[in-house]
Amino acid sequence: MAAARKPDSINKPMADTILVVVEQRDGKLNRVSWETLAAGQALAAETGWALEAAVAGSGVSSIANEVAAKKLGKVYGVESPKLQPYTPDAFSAGLKQFLEARQPKLVLMPHTYQVRDFVPKLATAMGRTAVTDCIGFKKEGEKLLFSRQMFQGKLAADVSFRCEAPWFVTFQNGAFRADKVEAGSGAAPVETVNVEIADSVVRNKPQEVFKEAKQAVDLTQAEIIVAVGRGIKEQKNIDLAKQLAEALGGEIAASRPICDNGWLPMDRQIGSSGQTVAPKLYLALGISGAIQHIVGMKGARTIVAINKDSEAPIFEIADYAVVGNLFDIVPPLIEEVKKAKAGG
Amino acid sequence: MKILVCMKQVPQKDAPLKVNQEGTWIREDVSYEVNEPDAYALEEALRQKEKHKGEVVVITSGPARAQQVLREALAKGADRAIHLEDNGFVGLDALNTAKAFAAAIKDEQFDLIFTGLQSDDYGYAQTGVILAELLGWPHATIIMHIEKSESGIRVKRELEAGFFQFVDMPLPAVLTIQSGINKLRYATLIGIKQAKNKPLRKVTLAEVESAIGPNLQKIDRLYVPQKTKNTEVLEGPAGEVAKKLTEKLRNEVRVI
Repeated sequence: MAAARKPDSINKPMADTILVVVEQRDGKLNRVSWETLAAGQALAAETGWALEAAVAGSGVSSIANEVAAKKLGKVYGVESPKLQPYTPDAFSAGLKQFLEARQPKLVLMPHTYQVRDFVPKLATAMGRTAVTDCIGFKKEGEKLLFSRQMFQGKLAADVSFRCEAPWFVTFQNGAFRADKVEAGSGAAPVETVNVEIADSVVRNKPQEVFKEAKQAVDLTQAEIIVAVGRGIKEQKNIDLAKQLAEALGGEIAASRPICDNGWLPMDRQIGSSGQTVAPKLYLALGISGAIQHIVGMKGARTIVAINKDSEAPIFEIADYAVVGNLFDIVPPLIEEVKKAKAGG
Repeated sequence: MKILVCMKQVPQKDAPLKVNQEGTWIREDVSYEVNEPDAYALEEALRQKEKHKGEVVVITSGPARAQQVLREALAKGADRAIHLEDNGFVGLDALNTAKAFAAAIKDEQFDLIFTGLQSDDYGYAQTGVILAELLGWPHATIIMHIEKSESGIRVKRELEAGFFQFVDMPLPAVLTIQSGINKLRYATLIGIKQAKNKPLRKVTLAEVESAIGPNLQKIDRLYVPQKTKNTEVLEGPAGEVAKKLTEKLRNEVRVI
């Protein structure tokens, strides 16, 4: 490993570069970073641009080395004691210094809660913009377009940049496959870059990260999940869904609004702010399929959706679709399932 | 505490959306409602005011129809409203929207600015954080609790997978509010009546135009997403559908 350098001594790239900023928390790589690296490799293959990665923090060399085993040109460890614990002020200031020196064309990050917290600030501080929560990219001639969901997934948009590089892009969880990341033929070089962050820059004082309560249910282990959304209408109707879950021998779960209302406890919530599940069967009752919910359940082997709105985004990913009133369909469904079970 | 709440009018959740002829935006002949996370942001501001006194101001940008959002907020208890009224505000990217807001409030002194954590139309989750950067203020996102402290405020940030974190920060600050932070109130009849007499300042595009620039990103096309999955649609009377689905669950999904 080369000696640590100051940002202004970094060589400016000869060619256009894609830089993937992987995410670490408390010295551990967030696995979703592999998906972003897969996106970076795909973009590099399409554009012919060089691929590099960076990790920001304090004492991140082991993560940098882990990433360097993949197929890419170089990995930077962007270091400062101020980068631990995470604050948006320090991450924005530290990465800005590094990016201004390095001048990549594209900066890719996973669309995590942490990235959402600092990337709009970083892009604005650099006079740039971020296209966030993308699910893919398209290259049309010389033009790069980034695809993202709009209107809660009902529509999609192809978005282009109308400014100088660097272009900031964040990718939605699950948009690329972590297991598609190609390993390198040898370890890529790792370089440590020390950034200077003044005391006065960091204004927030974060406390320890904690978990609210013990999670009573671990839905990630459930083979069958019956999940309810706004379409269930009233708290008393939750019982109907519970009866179906019971008949199937599965767990009851919900989208966020149901838990916000207190109709089911928070630990039954599926989605970006709840649990991420991949059961054999996911039966969605009255769930429209907002992006925040979809990211938590699209890995299910079979998805059944019952919804009265034929344009609900949940049908985009459903294996079996029933367009209709759940209150008409669920009662006979419970009977049929019971019958089928009794009949062996 | 003087709190500004940024609110947005978005198409109703179950509104059928159609792409316009140019394929760049939706046809605007749909029903609109307040962006849900913004409703929680307003509610939180009203609760903070009830605890600590002060003023709640609501701001939005958009054509005349967007005024409905402000009227509802005033009816629920906001003290006054600012409407950046022009069709031209609809197509602004998050950076320009934040710049327009910053210009519209340059003579005000707020302690806190709230936004919903993201909008149900674009879903960028950026305007609040950008506004903080433009104002030079600290920010925190996806907030589930706010309390005053000696040196400013202590907020509870939601992290992924059921984790949380308390953050101490000075004022003034920008917070993006998570849905479910509180229970929403309804407007009362008397509130609706009083709202009619509350001040609503209109700001034209011309007034803030010098603060904004060209959009740095552009929607080249908007379209109905292509289905990637082979979906089997089960049709018929409810009893029949229930039977068909049960057969699928037994013979193909094999969970019965």
